[in-house]
Amino acid sequence: MPNTPHAGAIAQVQAKPLPIRSPFASRFADTGFRGVIVLCALSVLAIVVLIAWQLIVHSELSLKQFGLKFFFSSDWDPVSGEFGALPFVFGTIVSSMLALVIAVPLSVAAAVFITEMCPGWLKTPLSFLMELLAAIPSVIYGLWAIFILAPILRTYVEPFLGKYFAWTGLFSGPTYGIGMLAAGIILAIMIVPIVSSITREVMTAVPQQQREAVLALGATRWEMIRTGVLRNARTGIIGGVILGLGRALGETMAVTMVIGNRAEIAKSLFAPGYTMASVIANEFSEATDNLYLSAIIEIGLALFLVTLIVNIIAQGLVWASTRGMPARAQA
Amino acid sequence: MSNGSLRVQRISLRRRVVNGMVTYGALGASVLVIVPLVAIFGYLLMKGIGSINWAFLTQIPKPVGEPGGGMGNAIVGSAIILLIASLFGIPLGIGAGIYLAEFGRNKLGNLVRFTSDVLNGVPSIVVGISVYGLVVVTQKHFSALAGGVALGIMMIPTVARSTEEMLLMVPRTIREAAWGLGVPQWRTTLSVTLKTASAGVITGTMLAFARAAGETAPLLFTAFGNQFWNWNLNQPTAALPLQVYVYAISPFDEWHRQAWAGALVLILLIVAAVTAVRVVTSRGMYRAS
Repeated sequence: MPNTPHAGAIAQVQAKPLPIRSPFASRFADTGFRGVIVLCALSVLAIVVLIAWQLIVHSELSLKQFGLKFFFSSDWDPVSGEFGALPFVFGTIVSSMLALVIAVPLSVAAAVFITEMCPGWLKTPLSFLMELLAAIPSVIYGLWAIFILAPILRTYVEPFLGKYFAWTGLFSGPTYGIGMLAAGIILAIMIVPIVSSITREVMTAVPQQQREAVLALGATRWEMIRTGVLRNARTGIIGGVILGLGRALGETMAVTMVIGNRAEIAKSLFAPGYTMASVIANEFSEATDNLYLSAIIEIGLALFLVTLIVNIIAQGLVWASTRGMPARAQA
Repeated sequence: MSNGSLRVQRISLRRRVVNGMVTYGALGASVLVIVPLVAIFGYLLMKGIGSINWAFLTQIPKPVGEPGGGMGNAIVGSAIILLIASLFGIPLGIGAGIYLAEFGRNKLGNLVRFTSDVLNGVPSIVVGISVYGLVVVTQKHFSALAGGVALGIMMIPTVARSTEEMLLMVPRTIREAAWGLGVPQWRTTLSVTLKTASAGVITGTMLAFARAAGETAPLLFTAFGNQFWNWNLNQPTAALPLQVYVYAISPFDEWHRQAWAGALVLILLIVAAVTAVRVVTSRGMYRAS
């Protein structure tokens, strides 16, 4: 950006610009540099377009054969060439919703504690630990869930839920440990850092005067947080929740390892299920005929479109609530 | 709160109780959120550390039933795949970040910023099947190259957005000082702006690298895995997270034991890589200043 305000001032003082040693070479280098940089930027666009194009091209067969019925049929029978994605759509929605139900109250409460309540010296270590949770690879979450979480669910949690809450219909049947409940819990653990860090970000963006004004009216700390902070930050918090939803919908490894991988629709959360991402992970390399392969890629396409929409909504909400400013600026 | 009377001598018991309950509830939630972190690291150390030895780090897997063997080939495979990913993803990401920060205050800039956020949200498994279509189908076999491309794509948005953020924090006056000395734009950006922001850019890049190092889903149909040593970029290649996955879902106790050890090595390597780069760059910065 050579047109700075200073450029004008300098030109007034000095009628002729300073002699530059090699204007041609310099201008050539600048143009070349700019070209390379623009190419890098365009490569981001190109990659997203290529991903979408690949998914559409390779799922064409299934798109033509089944049409919209694909997502409303629950027959998944590769042998007879019948493909319906309903059990996977169901599993993805149920496991993600379960994750949100568990994770959202916890992450908002933790964010409230970190930003509004905890003593200053504890703030940084607590936030750091939360960020650390986000850095653990998904496959390690899965490993831990198989060998530690699932046995705990099987021996303690599921029998308890089955005994006292079986009347809801959500907690009945044999307790395997592995199943929809395990998938929901591990997803919840994985999305807590995302939801919580965005909640903290938007809460920090609420002006300090808001808090002081509510406190001056005689509110207790909780009343101040509820009316002064959470109400102002709610758009951004919802954005963070939706961003967490996007992550949960597409999460593959940890879920595949504990959900049980059975293509059926069961009401009980103890029963095994299947998600869109896990069916791709499990069956992609087994898919021998073209229709089978294109049906799996169509699931990938659907997953791509859904996470795309979810992320766009979330970005919009978060942006609206922090006005596009990073939290650091207000800190 | 529903009581609209003006007798506000003292805060009612109910309001005080609610306030106290919320405070302890929030504290409890924070503790509950940290518990899985402690549990995961605790179990990793407890179950993994006993199985890590020289053989585990240097040998290839033994067939089922034979004790011993290791993940040497998977560690090397991961290194190869990550090297390819870094060579491809980091320059593109930093370039895109420079564009966004220095030239990106226009429609194309907003489009690239938006697309990069979209790419960040694309599930890793979807990136995996797209790269399968692009590289594996073209090459007609699984390869380290395909795995590297998939992980490289995953790195780009993180690197780009963190580079942008760091470059925007460099004061405009520093750029103007360079222009004032007659330094051309490209030289200003590379040796002045980027250099000033380098510590932050490297940190962002390392975060992207660490994330890519633990990714499993994009490698399933690209690098595919391999039970033997492989140095050929055009052949299926083992990777540490893949090996951990395969061993974890296997029915053999010996493999479960190795999965824990592999997971611990994976976490330690990620932490070591991040720390090493932090130390090296901070020393470099010190000398420069």
